[in-house]
Amino acid sequence: MGDQDAETGGTDAPVDEGVEFTIDGRTVRARKGEMLIAAAERAGTFIPRFCYHPRMEPVGMCRMCLVEVSGPRGATLMPSCFIEAAPGMEIVTDSAKVKKAQDGVLEFLLINHPLDCPVCDKGGECPLQDQTLAYGPGESRFVEEKRHFEKPIPISDLVLLDRERCIQCSRCTRFADEVAGEAQIDFIGRGEQIQIGTFPELPFTSYFSGNTVQICPVGALTATPYRFTARPWDLDQVESTCTTCSVGCRVAVQSSSNRLTRLLGIDIDPVNHGWLCDKGRFAADAVNSEDRLTEPMIRKEGALVAVSWHEALEAVATGLKAAVAERPESVGIIGGARLTNEGAYAWARLAKGVLGTDSVDAQIGDGLPAELVLGLPRATIDQAASASTVVLLTGDVREELPVLFLRLRAAAVDGDVAIVELSPQATSLTAHAEVSLRYGPGDAAALVDALVSGGTPPNAAAEPGALDRARQLMGEGPVVVIVGRPSLAEDGELVADAARKLSAALPEARFLPALRRGNVLGALDMGLAPGVLPGRVALEDGRAWFEEAWGSVPLARGRGTADMLAAAAGDQAEGSAVTALVLLGADPLTDFPDRRLAERALDAADFVVAVVTAPGAALDHADVVLPAAEAHERPGTTTNLEGRVFRLGQKLVPPGQAWPDWMIAGELAVHLGHDLGFDSVGTVWDEIERVAVSHRGITRTVLDAHGAADGVVAPLSLSKVSLARRNAPLDPVAVPGVESVERQGASLQAGLAASPNAAADGPEAADPSDGGPSRPAVLSGPGEFAVPHVAPADGYSVRLVASRVLYDGGAAVASVSTLAGLVAPGALRANPHDLDELGVSSGGQVRLRSATASAVVPVEPDASLPRKVVAADFNVPLGDGTVADLIDRAFPVVDLRMESL
Amino acid sequence: MAIADPPKIVTSRLGFDDSHTLERYLATGGYEGLRTALAKTPEDVAAEVDAASLLGRGGAGFPAGRKWSMLRKAAVTYLVVNGDESEPATFKDHLLVERDPHQLIEGVVIAAYALQVTRVFIFVRGEFALGLERVQAALNDAYAHGAVGRDIFGSGFSVDVVVHPGAGAYICGEETALLESLEGKRGFPRIKPPFFPAAIGLYGDPTVVNNVETMSNLPWIMTNGGAAFAALGAGRSTGTRLFALAGHVNNPGVFELEMVKTTFNDLINAPRLGGGVPHGRGLKAFIPGGVSAPWFGPDQIDLPLGQDEVAEAGSMLGSGSIVVMDDHTCAVRAAWRITKFFSRESCGQCTPCREGSGWLERIMDRIERGEGREEDLDLLLDACDNISPGVAWPPQQTTICVLGPSIPSSISSAITMFRDEFLVHIKEGGCPYG
Amino acid sequence: MSEPTPIAPPRRAALAPAAPVHLNAEIVVRARQLIALYPERRSALIPLCHLAQEQDGWLTPEAMVDIAGLVGVTPGEVLGTASFYDMLHTEPVGRHVVAVCTNIACLLGGAAELLEHAEHSLGIGAGGTTADGAITLEEAECLADCDRVPCVQVNHRYVGAQTPESFDQLVADLRSGARDADIPPHGTLIRVRRTTGIEADPVAVAEERRLAAVARSARADAADGAGA
Ligand SMILES: Cc1cc2nc3c(=O)[nH]c(=O)nc-3n(C[C@H](O)[C@H](O)[C@H](O)COP(=O)(O)O)c2cc1C
Ligand code: SF4
Ligand code: FES
Repeated sequence: MGDQDAETGGTDAPVDEGVEFTIDGRTVRARKGEMLIAAAERAGTFIPRFCYHPRMEPVGMCRMCLVEVSGPRGATLMPSCFIEAAPGMEIVTDSAKVKKAQDGVLEFLLINHPLDCPVCDKGGECPLQDQTLAYGPGESRFVEEKRHFEKPIPISDLVLLDRERCIQCSRCTRFADEVAGEAQIDFIGRGEQIQIGTFPELPFTSYFSGNTVQICPVGALTATPYRFTARPWDLDQVESTCTTCSVGCRVAVQSSSNRLTRLLGIDIDPVNHGWLCDKGRFAADAVNSEDRLTEPMIRKEGALVAVSWHEALEAVATGLKAAVAERPESVGIIGGARLTNEGAYAWARLAKGVLGTDSVDAQIGDGLPAELVLGLPRATIDQAASASTVVLLTGDVREELPVLFLRLRAAAVDGDVAIVELSPQATSLTAHAEVSLRYGPGDAAALVDALVSGGTPPNAAAEPGALDRARQLMGEGPVVVIVGRPSLAEDGELVADAARKLSAALPEARFLPALRRGNVLGALDMGLAPGVLPGRVALEDGRAWFEEAWGSVPLARGRGTADMLAAAAGDQAEGSAVTALVLLGADPLTDFPDRRLAERALDAADFVVAVVTAPGAALDHADVVLPAAEAHERPGTTTNLEGRVFRLGQKLVPPGQAWPDWMIAGELAVHLGHDLGFDSVGTVWDEIERVAVSHRGITRTVLDAHGAADGVVAPLSLSKVSLARRNAPLDPVAVPGVESVERQGASLQAGLAASPNAAADGPEAADPSDGGPSRPAVLSGPGEFAVPHVAPADGYSVRLVASRVLYDGGAAVASVSTLAGLVAPGALRANPHDLDELGVSSGGQVRLRSATASAVVPVEPDASLPRKVVAADFNVPLGDGTVADLIDRAFPVVDLRMESL
Repeated sequence: MAIADPPKIVTSRLGFDDSHTLERYLATGGYEGLRTALAKTPEDVAAEVDAASLLGRGGAGFPAGRKWSMLRKAAVTYLVVNGDESEPATFKDHLLVERDPHQLIEGVVIAAYALQVTRVFIFVRGEFALGLERVQAALNDAYAHGAVGRDIFGSGFSVDVVVHPGAGAYICGEETALLESLEGKRGFPRIKPPFFPAAIGLYGDPTVVNNVETMSNLPWIMTNGGAAFAALGAGRSTGTRLFALAGHVNNPGVFELEMVKTTFNDLINAPRLGGGVPHGRGLKAFIPGGVSAPWFGPDQIDLPLGQDEVAEAGSMLGSGSIVVMDDHTCAVRAAWRITKFFSRESCGQCTPCREGSGWLERIMDRIERGEGREEDLDLLLDACDNISPGVAWPPQQTTICVLGPSIPSSISSAITMFRDEFLVHIKEGGCPYG
Repeated sequence: MSEPTPIAPPRRAALAPAAPVHLNAEIVVRARQLIALYPERRSALIPLCHLAQEQDGWLTPEAMVDIAGLVGVTPGEVLGTASFYDMLHTEPVGRHVVAVCTNIACLLGGAAELLEHAEHSLGIGAGGTTADGAITLEEAECLADCDRVPCVQVNHRYVGAQTPESFDQLVADLRSGARDADIPPHGTLIRVRRTTGIEADPVAVAEERRLAAVARSARADAADGAGA
């Protein structure tokens, strides 16, 4: 779904194909292959259930959904979750026989259920409780002793299991096995003694464990972070989008007394199917942190002291004016991928239209050339999940974009897509890949060359036939390429070059950018990158249009993060210096893949402004600190990796004097002598819709339409905007879609501003005809960028891969105690033969040496790595430091000497 | 009714101490049926079995020929032999597996040929350690003899037969649970429809599941013809059948009898068969076809041993095991023990069976210990009704498999037939039989 | 089950299943032979659990980890599956597992009294193991030997109907080793090895299954066509 040409509005349009059958005498239509329980629900008849979950295979175990189904031998009780609707079938859901069976199931479920609802986290939103009220018997006839198990036992740092409450619906075990693909929890025992459990000493470490808590229909699985924090009837909630990564999972944000209590996944067809990863689910807690910055601060006599916004903004304006006075490019702005679209746009306009600098970069050295990302034909997640072949040219998707991993894994397991993986090391999708080809850092383009033009691959170790098989699969369209950064220790242009070659060889292929940060794609759309302007327009192409809109545009292309830092550090002899740095929610000391450069740059810069939500290492270098609102504290929109624009819900009031980013930019502009004319986040969006050509037609009315609940993908492809109706199956038991959230007690402020059928103007219709400059064209194609030359490896060195893990030492994880404990120290992985040659065994240590750095690190063998390629996880402890200490961005790849001690 | 003296179809060799060896088997006409079969077309073999009207001997009594004809045509198909025999008081397959494994193997290869399956698995109850060893040894010999494996007896037909040990779970006798178990999973029965094995069976491929005794009849049918088999018995119940007689009889054991031509009375009381109830006691009740079946009282003792005849009388011939209870038997205790069995053996998927069996057991236990209440009888029956609506025969069910609706059989039989005995337990706080 | 220790295991451990470390070389060879009999590896899970019990007498966590690697599932799935089955013991048992059936036919033949005697004379309840580790006593469901009641099995070998006296003698013989010749220690199930046979050649099976899949999808297409 999510395509733009589906019907408008939120009404249940007739299903024109499918089967006709009757429910309680009423004739209704089911989709082909639809289970009775789902068809009945769409037709307005709710059949009670526990084990059925619309996103998992039915098992028909709980027996709550029994209905009478007509058959050759008369009407029999059948589980409606397991029986497909068939033409002419007659089902009865309300007979005395059905009622008796359902009462019986409830009574059976309750006999061993501890009636500890008053102390149960699920109390108040418990389907067992609700259904007992709705369908259940009155008094219990059970007088015997109940089954007893030890009360909640932790099965991981995040999840507690209370086996007495379990009703054996197998939702959690099926999720772990079917959806996450890691059966770490399973039924143990048989019959009445059956219980959920983990293997001794092997906790439930799945990145997706929180989903089992969410879909548990009782309080058997509870989340440690949210235990006893709130009662559902105290909760207020709003629908929003998770911005922990760029997948953009839809969530219900729940709060109580201005504290975020939890995030629940909402099922939308095009994106997350109801699932969240644990980082997204639990890191949201960071918003509650005691350490949040609440006041603007200025460095006075070496220390940061709280001041008024006026004083702080005056100081920023003064500092920036001084820098700009020299040359506008003396100002560099780093970050922005954590802002809303509106915040990103406001900052882009401030930088490019007011300050006149084009040195603005939302990608902190871990991205891809903006022109490539914006210009390549974009795929949606659905297109990837239904492609014939998916080419992976990125890091480990499970570690970086977890829910995208779930979608791809499901597609691969179902046999819907064939995966061709191009990666320096094995990833969590390797096991599901048809072909997995290895290459060393710097060789991605050479590998693609070999694939598309039939040459020999750079890594001769490829299995015979693998290349041919990959070629064959890539010849079978549709092909979607997922392109990201397999390693932070090689230049992004090296991968971009490979992507460019793929797009040349496969002109029909579409690309899904696997960039990681929450709104990095929104930030690029809004122009937070050198050389581009809002609306996916190149600087020169958009010059006239934006001069008209903004008054001025930077004279020349600016720098990216690496060059800004190098210029600030004084490394770029030929270029002019960067003297003022604005950090927009970014901390180069932890995020930029060359820590030593980041440190030198921040030390050397004359003036550093940090726009942040929480303290971090960068504050030590800041001259002015501006406190910003976090996710869930600000309204606006965000954009996921597909280009899908979502409404964000605001549920919390920002702490103290923290402001939303668009407002900070707007007020700062005033202090710089410009009025951007923004008086609400809505007016910012209106301007975006007006001037950002890729976003034409996506008006506030469109975004607020009921039909846009699943977001709107930019750019709109058709002149007539029409939207998909939300079509995802809801799980009223425990995946709160909008309706079910309401059903579960608390109201959802969905913020539906406009009527569902409000017609929207298409991009063409919105074209102004006032004789101004004509609309610039959006970027198309892979764009121009220089590819650095990589010298061949010298035979004595190893080449470094720096990849990502989900639980890294970044701010989001560090400020949430339950997640911080999950950050595991890393080890250097190397091909076992290389270790043997050195005489080092697993668990041993080696010394790594570059021209400028050296470290002693633990090693472990990894046979998936090519010879002379080593890998380590970025941003987790490695020896005494992190792998970022060893990376030198002056070189396109990182070659190290590896020595035994 | 006189006791018919039928040919020994599946027990002909059991008189020999070395009945399990290839030598004895060959000396007594072994593998001749297979040779006959291989000389025909697979279709003709199947037609012969259809003509025999061989009813499945595992409990459900479905005609083997019909089942075979339902096997969905596919590139990969399987034959799985059900040797899990765990229905209480059923011990006939135990005998066949231990004492005449070649007969089973011959039957299996005949069926494999008729069905043209890719592979055969013989699932043998794990507790049959000796049986497992005997079947494996016989298979080794049969391979060496050319009766199994590649190009069997030079016919061009090849099939591999694998012995698979169970691991102790009654429910794995249910055919879809057996398939799950054979796939290396816990024995959770699958939902029928759509998982009828003949359509979606082992590994999702079409599969025929047949009982050990069913298979063991095939060599004789091949040698003597389906018509000869059908000439025995009456109505749909053709041929002979093994009846396992246990409980309060002088001479318990397994008897091969012609179907329908013999009555329960014959089986229990005839001197050459059960030999009557010991110690001169009277007959209180008997279970006609495994503990899943409703009980019969002395007034039903003249019913013939025929599938439809027993069904019409409100119970089932099931697995062919008959348990006799004398008039000193405590009906509450007997029904409690059977309920406890189901509670221990419920696989645990379905709420009514998982929770209901345990609850019923606890109520029965309470009554048996003299702590019952009068309202417990209605409660028992109502809880039974929630597992098997109507508590009637043939049963309806709220569960996935028929283990669920088997639970009420003994409870409702005992309450219906011996309500007074329950009331004595309840009112006098103990068992009248001590 | 002991409480799990909440520690994150090495993240990449899951990417490469480890080679067996606990099961001995001979058992591993036999395990691989068993795996080869089935079109899908997981089918060998239960036979492999029996093999592990042959080595250790019970199903140890270490063995379950090895089995998981051999058949391609998680250790949790091995435990979850094994714990469904009465014969697979995920806790230690005695050298001899003595099972007394108390189901209906045996009950009518005095099994409850025999079990009571056994508990008394061994000094343990059903499910318990004697202090010397010789005997684990089990109350069994029907063992399918109902004409010789009460029915008793030792390590899944029938020892015939038992009286209280013969039972005590049986236990004494088990302890002294007098029955070692006919009753192997607990865990050893099938001592006869498969000597010949057509193994499930993975390539051939894969081809069979591919053809089956083609046929399936053709059928589905046909059904779709018919439905449209
Ligand atoms: C709970 C339950 C237990 C069963 N146990 C056995 C068994 O031990 N042996 C057997 O052959 N059939 C058993 N059956 C019947 C099988 O499901 C199946 O009908 C039979 O194996 C088919 O073989 P047949 O057609 O040759 O009788 C059982 C069925 C149920 C519901
Ligand atoms: S009825 Fe009982 S044994 Fe049968 S599937 Fe359901 S729970 Fe399992
Ligand atoms: S059996 Fe249908 S919802 Fe559980």
